[in-house]
Amino acid sequence: MEPYKFDVNNYRNLLKKYISSQDEKSLYQAEQFSKLSMQHNISPEEIINVHIQALKELYPDLPTEIDSSMNFLLETMISYGLAYQEFQSLREKQGELESEISIAANMQQTLLSTTKPDIKGMDIGAISVPSHQMNGDYYHFVTDESNNLGIAIADVIGKGIPAALAMSMIKYSLDSFPETMRNPSVILENLNRVVERNVDTSMFITMFYGLFNHETGSLQFSSAGHEPGFYYCAAKDQFHEITTKGLVLGVSDQATYEELEITMEPDDMVVLLTDGVTECRIGERFIETEEVLEVIRQYMHLPAQEAVESVYRHFERLQDFQLRDDFTLIFLKK
Amino acid sequence: MITKSSVQINKEWDIVGARQMGRELAKDLGFGTVDQARIATAISELARNIYLYAEKGKIAYETVEDMNKKGLKIIASDQGPGINDLSKVMEDGFSTSGGLGAGLPGVKRLMDYFDVVSEPGKGTTITTIKWVR
Repeated sequence: MEPYKFDVNNYRNLLKKYISSQDEKSLYQAEQFSKLSMQHNISPEEIINVHIQALKELYPDLPTEIDSSMNFLLETMISYGLAYQEFQSLREKQGELESEISIAANMQQTLLSTTKPDIKGMDIGAISVPSHQMNGDYYHFVTDESNNLGIAIADVIGKGIPAALAMSMIKYSLDSFPETMRNPSVILENLNRVVERNVDTSMFITMFYGLFNHETGSLQFSSAGHEPGFYYCAAKDQFHEITTKGLVLGVSDQATYEELEITMEPDDMVVLLTDGVTECRIGERFIETEEVLEVIRQYMHLPAQEAVESVYRHFERLQDFQLRDDFTLIFLKK
Repeated sequence: MITKSSVQINKEWDIVGARQMGRELAKDLGFGTVDQARIATAISELARNIYLYAEKGKIAYETVEDMNKKGLKIIASDQGPGINDLSKVMEDGFSTSGGLGAGLPGVKRLMDYFDVVSEPGKGTTITTIKWVR
């Protein structure tokens, strides 16, 4: 088949052939014609105009009623043509925005990257997946020379770019705290003041901070309104919620944070997460805590990294591969 | 020869009169059917804006000639509230999202030249030209 040009002759011949034979091939060529027209930004009213001209050439005695009716049709197409042009320009703009956001998302990943520490006697797994391009969840590991481990996990209420921007601030505040400042409650109190001072009152950040003492196996922790984590006690084969009293960050500069401690025995595990895990939706309902633990149990025998990834894939599938919220999950196995 | 004429916009039906005059001038100047329809649509949009936001104003027409081309200049002016944020109004999808019509970006697309001057509280003047192809 010859390539089609957008001109009246071409269209007229095509139309003539179709009127005489009413064959599918001509209709297929008409389809090609319309696609080509779109590529060349030909608007619908111009197609109608070409149709009118072709019709007049094929039937010089075209009844004036038909002629007028065609003009009427042309007139009604003008707004569609405009809408089509607008659509194209918006699509272009969308492309630009998307590429800007993806650059920002890459940058965010670099800014917020944290290395999972290698600590003897500990198996750590961590995964964080944004529901959109930019992540409003955050986790961070710090270690000192005695192999003590600080773990932060945080969630900005809200999603997307504003959440991601707020997270960068959290990370840099954490980085700027002196190394001697290690108590979870003190860290949260300080972060709370930073957030209270710098972030819009409509934005809240929840955070869990834990400090694992390598020598004693104890985990001190404080929570600023964060989704409760779980402590799995191997001896009893039971999960216990771990959380403490404390306001979300940024509400009041007077907030103080309770600090609790647990001691981990071999084969015990600590699970930290964000509400993207616990508020996973199956159809119309939210998943129950019991079900979350069920899934965790199913995979926790695996090496920690493999386990968190398996849990993620499990929930991803449950939600038809469309995360509704950023998803972050950390396993700390002893 | 330069022709000048205008139509007052005071009520919705004046929009039809404004279209009519624009179309006749366009036809006389030798515009094709499609361009006639585009000019009429642009006039509709301008006249509707006057009717909806300024209550009254006018659409003026001038035939213009450049080196080797002829065109139709349409000037819509009113003493209405004016437009506060012009760049917002000229953004795609801003006025069209509510299905109100082509908006000013639409008028700009329909015509070859587009200029808008507006002062909040004093009024708006929009000048557009379409050249005969």
